[in-house]
This record gives sequence, C-alpha cells and structure tokens, in this order.
Amino acid sequence: MIKHAISNLNGWLAILAIVLSSSAGDVLLSRGMKQIGDLGELGGKRGLAFVVLQVVRNRYFLMGVACMAVSFYSLLFGLSWNDVSLIGPAAASLTFVANAFAAKMFLHEHVDRRRWAAALCVAAGVVLMAF
Amino acid sequence: MNLRKYLVLAGVSVFAPLGDSFLSYGMKQVGNISLRNIPDLLLAIANPWVGIGIIFLLGFFASYMTALSWADLTYVLPASSLGYVLLALIARFALHEQISVTRWVGIALVSGGVGFVTSGPEVTRRPPRHLSNDGSVAAEHS
Repeated sequence: MIKHAISNLNGWLAILAIVLSSSAGDVLLSRGMKQIGDLGELGGKRGLAFVVLQVVRNRYFLMGVACMAVSFYSLLFGLSWNDVSLIGPAAASLTFVANAFAAKMFLHEHVDRRRWAAALCVAAGVVLMAF
Repeated sequence: MNLRKYLVLAGVSVFAPLGDSFLSYGMKQVGNISLRNIPDLLLAIANPWVGIGIIFLLGFFASYMTALSWADLTYVLPASSLGYVLLALIARFALHEQISVTRWVGIALVSGGVGFVTSGPEVTRRPPRHLSNDGSVAAEHS
C-alpha cells in the first residue's frame, strides 16, 4: 500500500518535472527553429551539414536541448516508478496545455477558443488516466 | 502542407511512442531508482533497450525540429496526437501493461481533444504588426 503510494507520488513528481522542463524546452526550440527557417528547404539549397551547423550554433536550440535533457532524465525517473501508459500520455498532455499558455505568452501564437476548449478536454483526459 | 511535411509529422507521431516504450521496457529491467541514488539514472543508458529507445527519440527529435521550423508549436504538438493511441496499444499488447477502462477513456479524451485542435487552421500565430511605408499599421500574414 505504502509502496504503491510512493510509486504514484514519484510518478507524478516526475510528470511535473517533465511538464515544466519540456514546456520551456519546446518554447526555446520553437523560437530557435523559427530563427533558422524551414530546415527541409534550407537542406535542399545548402546541404545537410550547413543545416546541422546552423542548428547547433543557435543559442535557443542549445538552451532548449538543456531543458529537454532535464525532461528526459525526469522521464527515466518516472518510468522506473510507474507505467509508461500513465507517464507518457499524462506528461505529454499536460505539456500540451502548458505549451498553449507558453506559446501565447512567449511566442505570440494566437491560441483561439477552439484550442483552449481542446486543452480542457485534454486536461480532463489526464485526470481520468490517473485512476 | 505537402507529402514531405506529412511524413515529418508522422515521424513525430511514431518515433516518440516507440522510443518511450523501449525506454519503459529498459527501465523495468534497471529497476526502481530512488531520489537518493539519482546518479544511477546516468548508468541507466547502458541498458541496450534504453539505448534503442534513445535512438528512436533522436529520430523523434530530428522530426520535431524540422516540424517546428515551419509550423506553430501549438500545431505540431496536437498534430502528433496519434502517438498517444499508438503508445497505449504498445503498452497493452507489447509491454502487457494493464490499462483500465477509465484510463482508456482518458486516452480517448486526450486524443479527441488534440484531434479537435488539428481540425482547425494549421497556422494561427498572431501576426506581428509592422509599420508600412505610408506609416499605417499592417499585419504580416504568415
């Protein structure tokens, strides 16, 4: 009983860490990639090596990767305590909701009513997945 | 949207759940890691299943970066919603995890929610305003 509670607590702590670090990483990566432009088109014109060089020299990309590394190890920690069918969807879904806020605030994307409604739908799904 | 972009989004959808599933399988072999032994997490990548999971996640990362270079963040994430369904199927049939009816409903709700978003316009980024040559404010359409 106590072991089960500890597993749940550690699982949800990991989910919280994943959501925060992943959202920060997503926003930073998105900003970095928008600075560089369409990677597919750029690769076609200048070659893969040029694209890779542009990406790894972008400071937003580097900060985003650091955040994603924190998210990755939080995921490993969570998976060692709970099922992937809970950790994976819960963390990804809550990250989606957090990203809607972050994209609106930091990337100035227009998040309309349809997207907010979907965010609530996703949040409800996450609550159900916890039981 | 063209075929190349659809393939990139498919890569985002497929590689992430596959990578997560291999990581899950590997971490079950590694065993529970307590908060007092956090450095053990660094050693976990020596497990071959964790290594394969990392390779798939690198594939996801490359697809994700490419998608973010031409689409909004709030479009890319919902567009990869099929990954949730795939993850549940892998967890149930490959990893033999027990998934309750309530959790299935939750997964369906999550997928439905993100699917609802993707039925809307793919680019809804708030257009930045610029001053045009005559001094009036004009919106730049992305």
